[in-house]
Amino acid sequence: MTEEIIIAGFGGQGVLSMGKILAYSGIMQDQEVSWFPSYGPEMRGGTANVTVILSDNRISSPILRVYDTAIILNQQSMDKFEEAVKPGGLLIYDGNGISNHPSRKDIKICRVDAAAEAAKLGNTKIFNMIVLGGYLKEKPVVKLDNVMLGLKKSLPERYHDLLPANEKAILRGQEIIQTIE
Amino acid sequence: MKEIRLMKGNEAVAEGAIRAGADAYFGYPITPQSEVMEYLMLEKPHERTGMVVLQAESEVASINMLYGAAGTGKRVMTSSSSPGISLMQEGISYMAGAELPCILVNVVRGGPGLGTIQPSQADYFQTTKGGGHGDYRLIALAPASVQEMFDFAGLGFELAFKYRTPVMIQTDGLIGQMMEKVELSEQQARITEFDQSWATTGKTPDRAQNVITSLDLDSSRQEQHNIHLQKKYQEVADNEVRYETFDSDDAEYLFVAYGSSARICQKAIELGRAKGIKVGLFRPITLWPYPMKELKAAAAKVKGILAVEQSAGQMIEDVKLATECNIKAEHFGRMGGMIPTPEEVLLALENKIIGGK
Amino acid sequence: MDIKDIIKPENLVYKKTDHMTDKVLSYCPGCGHGTAHRILMEVIDEMGVRADTIGVAPVGCSVLAYDFMNIDMQGAAHGRAPAVATGIKRCWPDKFVFTYQGDGDLAAIGTAETIHACNRGENITILFINNGIYGMTGGQMAPTTLEGMRTTTSPYGRDLESMGNPIKITELIANLPGVHYVTRQAVHTPRYVRRTKKAIFKAFDIQKNKKGLSFVEIVSNCNSGWKMTPNQSNIWMEDNMFPYYPLGDIKVDGKIINE
Repeated sequence: MTEEIIIAGFGGQGVLSMGKILAYSGIMQDQEVSWFPSYGPEMRGGTANVTVILSDNRISSPILRVYDTAIILNQQSMDKFEEAVKPGGLLIYDGNGISNHPSRKDIKICRVDAAAEAAKLGNTKIFNMIVLGGYLKEKPVVKLDNVMLGLKKSLPERYHDLLPANEKAILRGQEIIQTIE
Repeated sequence: MKEIRLMKGNEAVAEGAIRAGADAYFGYPITPQSEVMEYLMLEKPHERTGMVVLQAESEVASINMLYGAAGTGKRVMTSSSSPGISLMQEGISYMAGAELPCILVNVVRGGPGLGTIQPSQADYFQTTKGGGHGDYRLIALAPASVQEMFDFAGLGFELAFKYRTPVMIQTDGLIGQMMEKVELSEQQARITEFDQSWATTGKTPDRAQNVITSLDLDSSRQEQHNIHLQKKYQEVADNEVRYETFDSDDAEYLFVAYGSSARICQKAIELGRAKGIKVGLFRPITLWPYPMKELKAAAAKVKGILAVEQSAGQMIEDVKLATECNIKAEHFGRMGGMIPTPEEVLLALENKIIGGK
Repeated sequence: MDIKDIIKPENLVYKKTDHMTDKVLSYCPGCGHGTAHRILMEVIDEMGVRADTIGVAPVGCSVLAYDFMNIDMQGAAHGRAPAVATGIKRCWPDKFVFTYQGDGDLAAIGTAETIHACNRGENITILFINNGIYGMTGGQMAPTTLEGMRTTTSPYGRDLESMGNPIKITELIANLPGVHYVTRQAVHTPRYVRRTKKAIFKAFDIQKNKKGLSFVEIVSNCNSGWKMTPNQSNIWMEDNMFPYYPLGDIKVDGKIINE
């Protein structure tokens, strides 16, 4: 198994940390992982993306042109990465702020309106966990137990009281994700 | 039990230094390597091992603090990125001349000038062909994974002290910023009992004064010193060449690439082999000493070589020297912080080497 | 009859410390460097701390200081002695570390390292020889060259408008909180030699007690660079250098002395 993922959105949406949690979850089930972010000052307020690869084998290139899955959280990223999904691959996006919706017919497209859901739950910080939940529903590449272990590893201990809220968010994401025909 | 962590390359080299028993780190912030010092400050190595970490006022000050600390016989490290490494060149030359062991980490970014903060490999000439003034060499290790960032800190100290010479860990923004799984080795003790025969520790009645300097105004003695240095570098070249190959047994074509480019080439090999192109990889791990003989032997078995480097074509010169220009060899790379995709690399192989005349 | 018969041990009133080597000093006759070297080595000798002392030589006339000072030393790149000393001191906090620097080294090319080492309060001693000129390279203008003073790069005299002002780096340094003791001395007469030696003693004592950085400026002559006889140069120094660079303590026990 090798899963090559791009997660892209605005800085501050938790794009990089979602990738990190995914990578840590992979480690928890003995997978090889790599995480390569866009970095530097352009991330502040601008776009941020991270390439995450989970594999049973040694990972070759940590940067890619095409991906098995694209998780897209703003319009700029949609414009850039819709075409980067491999035929037969998966595109997941949050409809919030998207005016040009994805139109490819050779990939699976799913929508998870995590921003709206997080606002409804009154906790915008769990936005990225709702997205992650949606992704894991479509592609259970890592087990939920391992995600929770990964979360524990990547969150500083003083935030561990937030673990239940995060777990709930993941489960909520799994419920609300919809496939777009 | 094995200790496994998800770490950035920059963090791994810092942790590697602590665990290899480093005594001191001096540095100055610059993207994309600032995590090295950030990590060290956060980890409080002074409490863990007694290691000293100090933020200097400039790269110029960092390298000279390193000089002073190395002159006392301690295990010392600094890190920076291209423009900062350029600033350090005077001090690096002094350290090579004064035969001071140390680790320098260059997390290369795109240049020239202030350039960009994105990954690049365009400092190959600077590291392997001089950099500072005078006839000297740096042992240059090029890690291609976060694990190697960790491991090469220990290896770097070993080589630096074995030959009393600066060692450069030459990496780039991609390896520095990437996170991967790292298996951490155990903490080594800081070496408090070391060979002090040459170090400045305070003159005792039983020995002559120790002086750390690269200056000798008597040219005949300076030439003798140079001859001594060259002998040492020859010994390094004879004994410390490191490289690895990947899918090269049945290869008709060869990528030659180090660091992050070697990783990208591995993906290009997967893509190429899926199309029936028998291509492999030759990866120099030491950029100096360059694996001349080993590459020559590997090249004899293939029809052509594509040297892949995020530069305008620097390492290709050593590829041509190694193969004595007896085999078709071309360069492919992106510049200024652009990273080539595996698809681009494969296409370049097809166009420049396989389809080329 | 050889010298031993003439100078009998019981008549001996002065002996060169063995902390100075027997090499002939490379400084011009009349230059203050030799005296400054000697009293520094006497302090280390009299304190009995040679086995715990590491010196840093600069680039400038005293680039070969380690040829004359018989102690462990490192030669620093131009201006970087305070950084080198920082590296040494951080690795050996219990050893005595000093730099010995000229005005070009300390107050021009190495200003950043000087100010930041002082500001961090590195527990080291800086000896600053200020003779208002680049001696080793043949008499060029230094950051401390006085107004109107002729050098090879200010052949018509230092013009403040185009060449800037002579820098009072020592007063600047005194304002930094990490600095414990700042003094300006001279070595051209026995009286001042004794005072300077006392100042160096004090500086090393401060280092021993880990109180912070001490900075000892020695205003000195450069008869060759100034194109004077040694005696003329000392008189010129008294008449011109001392009014601009007044002698005496500037900061003691971490407090600036107000005149």
